Amino acid sequence: MDITFKDVSYIYQANSPFAHKALENLSFHIPSGSFVAVIGHTGSGKSTLIQHLNGLLTPTKGQVQIGDYLINADKKPENLKELRSRVGVVFQYPEHQLFDETVAKDIAFGPKNFGVTKTEIQKRMKDIVPAVGLDEKLLNRSPFDLSGGQMRRVAIAGVLAVKPEILVLDEPTAGLDPRGQREIMDMFSTLHKEQNLTTVLVTHSMEDAVKYADHVIIMNKGTKYMEGTPEEVFTQKEALNQVQLDVPEMIQFLNAFNERFGDKIQFKRQSIPRLAMEIQQALKGAESDE
Amino acid sequence: MNNTIIIGQYVPGNSLVHRLDPRMKITIIFLFVIFIFFANNVLSYSILTAFALLTVIITKIPIRFILKGLTPVWFLIIFTFILHLIVTKEGTVLIELLGFKIYSGALIQGFAISLRFFLLILITSLLTLTTTPIEITDAIEDLLHPLKKIKFPVHELALMMSISLRFIPTLLQETDKISKAQASRGVDFRTGPIKERIKAIVPLLVPLFVSAFKRAEELAMAMEARGYQGGEGRSKLRQLKIRKMDIIVFLFFLLIIAGLFVTRNY
Repeated sequence: MDITFKDVSYIYQANSPFAHKALENLSFHIPSGSFVAVIGHTGSGKSTLIQHLNGLLTPTKGQVQIGDYLINADKKPENLKELRSRVGVVFQYPEHQLFDETVAKDIAFGPKNFGVTKTEIQKRMKDIVPAVGLDEKLLNRSPFDLSGGQMRRVAIAGVLAVKPEILVLDEPTAGLDPRGQREIMDMFSTLHKEQNLTTVLVTHSMEDAVKYADHVIIMNKGTKYMEGTPEEVFTQKEALNQVQLDVPEMIQFLNAFNERFGDKIQFKRQSIPRLAMEIQQALKGAESDE
Repeated sequence: MNNTIIIGQYVPGNSLVHRLDPRMKITIIFLFVIFIFFANNVLSYSILTAFALLTVIITKIPIRFILKGLTPVWFLIIFTFILHLIVTKEGTVLIELLGFKIYSGALIQGFAISLRFFLLILITSLLTLTTTPIEITDAIEDLLHPLKKIKFPVHELALMMSISLRFIPTLLQETDKISKAQASRGVDFRTGPIKERIKAIVPLLVPLFVSAFKRAEELAMAMEARGYQGGEGRSKLRQLKIRKMDIIVFLFFLLIIAGLFVTRNY
């Protein structure tokens, strides 16, 4: 499903001394099937943005279109539930939403609410539990007996079990160990390709954005600051520094390398091994010149 | 949904009311709540209403905001009014509605009691609107100090109060967060049959309790790590001091009370 924001503004606690503008005239378009990274400093409106994607918040001004669902200031779609079954949101620290007696019941909670049949849930469970890296033996345990990392995986499984078409991820790897972070991000990436999802990833990690996203939106103070492919956005060092964001390490390295050796290796979202090879070739070329 | 509750919500400001010594504020409000029951005619009610409205104006908090925040209480006030209208049978019959005789006395009585109720809530919510929770607990600890003589755990009580006040907004935020997460998983808190809606509360309450207990444990650990060991010999960063302004305000309040006793019927 396509996602389109048109002049969206959102004000928290409007008409009170605490009124606070979180989004201002935000417009963008995310075509179906893309993997978008939303990046911004704390308080830049990222979390408010994603709550518009499944109708948790209604814009104060402007309009949001998700597929055929239209949400604007005057009108919320009648079939919000249907929208929510097609847009899965993994919130920050999703393990805080676990509540049921067993892991299996908690994973089944979402699909059950959306009217998925028991046999179908069982079928999905068989695919999803190993996909998120959980042991089937854990299914009958209480979610509160698990480790933090396992709880995170259960919560994610609970969202995936609904089989959404749009997957919204709000810093899904915050607080995990490096290996867990990589595993979970790789899992989302595979899922994105296999099931042809539209994925919106909110992250602080430039590295993740470079590695997984094909489109980047940089937010600052509730407005869109930059937008484009990772190549376009991440090569603009000055502009990024102005909103307290850094260029990904890989590009930092590449810039330093080009400066030091007078080379012009272009950043084209190469993988690290691929880049190493290019560097090797460039260095070899330089040697033979001498 | 949480945005409408203002009881317990501090609005930063620098007005006279904000700067007043919190002990003075609590004393004045305590006395106001008592003396409001002595008002019994138009003049004495007007004096108290004028005092309350004056206070609201001085705080510079928009009146619309305060009234909106009292929405949950409006129901109670209106209910009181209607109850008095139906039950009280004094004075002359004004009109007859659906078999009920509305008496003039009932109208006056209902209006007076509702006004009393309204003023009570207005003035007490002004306390929390203009005073930080820390100031309130400091003041209460200080005011209850004499009870220490009879081994009453004043400091512990104040600590418990400040911790609960401190965590009200946190819990509200947490509730909002979890209910949004569960709504995204298809829970419907707002529509559907009552039985389903009650069942929908479980996925909200369980995580809320879990996180509250976890928070409590972490807080206790953090306090111990920083060497907290109770009230004995503990000094204070913020010293409360009665200033000239506080005395003037209190004298003004006494004047209001005197005015009340002069104007009321005996």
